[in-house]
Amino acid sequence: MAAFAVRRLGSMVAVLFAVSVLTFLVFNVIPAYDPAEEMAGKGAGPQLVQSIREEWGFDESLPQQYLAMMEKVLSGDVISYQGQENVDQRILEGIPATLSLCVGAAVIWMFFGILFGYLSAVRAGGLLDKSLTILAVAGISVPVFWLAAVMLEYLSYKTGIFPAKGYVKLTEDPVEWANHLILPWIAVAVTLVGLYSRVLRSNMLDAMDEGYVRTARAKGLSERRVMTRHVLRNSLIPIVTIFGLDFGALVGGGAILTEKIFSIQGVGFYAVESIENLDLPPIMAITLFGAFFVVLFNALVDIAYAFLDPRVELGSSAR
Amino acid sequence: MASEPNAESGPAGASPWGLALRRLRRNRVALAFGALLVLIVAFVLAAPLWAEQVAETGPNRGHTLEKIEVDGQQREVVDVEGRPIGPVWLGAGGKFFLGADGRLGRDEMVRLMYGGRASLFIGFSATLLTTVLATVLALLAGYYGGWVDSLISRVLDTIWAFPVLLLGIALGIALALGGLKIGPLEIPSGSIWITILIIGGVLVPYMARPLRGTVLSLREKEFVEAAVAGGAGPLRVMFGELLPNLSSTIIVFFTLGIANAMLFEAALSFLGVGVQPPDTSWGSMVGDGFELIGSSPLLTILPGTMIFLTVLSVNVFGDGLRDALDPRSKVLLEAHAGIAEPEGTPI
Repeated sequence: MAAFAVRRLGSMVAVLFAVSVLTFLVFNVIPAYDPAEEMAGKGAGPQLVQSIREEWGFDESLPQQYLAMMEKVLSGDVISYQGQENVDQRILEGIPATLSLCVGAAVIWMFFGILFGYLSAVRAGGLLDKSLTILAVAGISVPVFWLAAVMLEYLSYKTGIFPAKGYVKLTEDPVEWANHLILPWIAVAVTLVGLYSRVLRSNMLDAMDEGYVRTARAKGLSERRVMTRHVLRNSLIPIVTIFGLDFGALVGGGAILTEKIFSIQGVGFYAVESIENLDLPPIMAITLFGAFFVVLFNALVDIAYAFLDPRVELGSSAR
Repeated sequence: MASEPNAESGPAGASPWGLALRRLRRNRVALAFGALLVLIVAFVLAAPLWAEQVAETGPNRGHTLEKIEVDGQQREVVDVEGRPIGPVWLGAGGKFFLGADGRLGRDEMVRLMYGGRASLFIGFSATLLTTVLATVLALLAGYYGGWVDSLISRVLDTIWAFPVLLLGIALGIALALGGLKIGPLEIPSGSIWITILIIGGVLVPYMARPLRGTVLSLREKEFVEAAVAGGAGPLRVMFGELLPNLSSTIIVFFTLGIANAMLFEAALSFLGVGVQPPDTSWGSMVGDGFELIGSSPLLTILPGTMIFLTVLSVNVFGDGLRDALDPRSKVLLEAHAGIAEPEGTPI
């Protein structure tokens, strides 16, 4: 088991390396521009451009440029060219807001995703199932900014039920914190509720055909007990897997649109700000940061899976 | 086979495609949304007609200082405080049907129609690109296995490791600044082909991974063995034997992929790294309108609603198509979750 975890973490490092190389290519090789000039921003003097060129090693060979970039990222030395801020510092400052958004949304989407999926599967083919399916497909299809705009217009600007924008720190005022986050939580959760309820529904319908369900019924267990203790429980495992991945992606800056629309000063908001300033170093750092979280949670899910389900380890020829 | 006389009387003698078509025809909900999709396409195709005959303006023409006659009254297109005129419906003979789009005083209705052309075109072309790339990669990886499979899978894993929107933004901003130049292929910055390439490329792993799994399982079937024994070469097996067996899966992936690509395009354009001005798409209209959301919410909600309706109808129709093509559809449903997985959906 420990060996599996170590190997899995080893492959995680390999993927992270590949990810950093791809990021490097995206910013320094693929586009047809002089990276030093773009980093310096509009209206920069030739001296600034030259100093950036030397600092990042843009006049050297590609592997050396790559090493220079990674050295800066890993030592926390990336400086934005707009405002000369330390990028790593800004990302760290954004994490509490991003986490607040993601954790709250995760509670909502897991609760309603599992509830709707369960009801849909138990009443498969019925009216409730059909209505929930329509809701789920609508949820999957709705663009987050449309939902956010409609909620802002009707629940905030017109009626004043919720505050329109901004983020209040949890440590400052927990009530206002939650009050400011309710609409963003819903905006993030809706798509995922739709998706998770659909996945759970199909998993449960498959599980109902399994032998252990027949056994449980034959034992004389009540239908409700069969559904919750046997069918639901076994169908939740894949849900937990995709939850780990989705949560990692969200924390890694995946909720950019929601953070922008509701002015939540998290990591994604910083990304948008940098896009508007055409400020490349922060975007590069945030891209790496986001990929890091996806890869990390991916590995954690795999390891947790191996602990929960011994067959996984055997299946991957671990011995 | 479907053209044989007895094809209409019952399942006997009907081809799989004929059966699928029959199942699709019975699915009224899917057909209704398919019809909605056709309406939306007709709406955007009519853009030049409306622009020239009714609105008498173009999508990028400003009318800031002009006045129009609405029901006999003179009204400014953009008032002194910079607020655009709201919907006047047919009050001005079809001009400014949905009002103006902001400080520049462009016709919102005309922009909505032209913007939809860009959104639908990008969604369609990007998905076509994704589907072709994903299919070829999945066939190569699944057929050859070994180091070819490892190499392809590692590359896909690397792209998949990025939160999809972040990678799209990174590419969008890098290419929007400098344009693309790889060998003879040169695309100037600001071209919508850059957006198409970005979306088409970034979404490849989300389609290629489930397809590869399907190819791997097909590879073990007897008909492949038989073809190999019959002397068929790799190309023949991949494209003559495996591809036809993937076709229904690919059709479903392609349809559902359009929905995802359109949401992705909208997100990129909303953030300013997709379609570049003066061109417009529904996503960039939402982005422009968002700055006026307090005073003119319609400018955000209208293009947003168009995206919603289009994506919804693509999803419902694609769902019906999936049910029709493969009633068992277990594999496909999981794969659909894979394609629509939130990492592939911009939030």
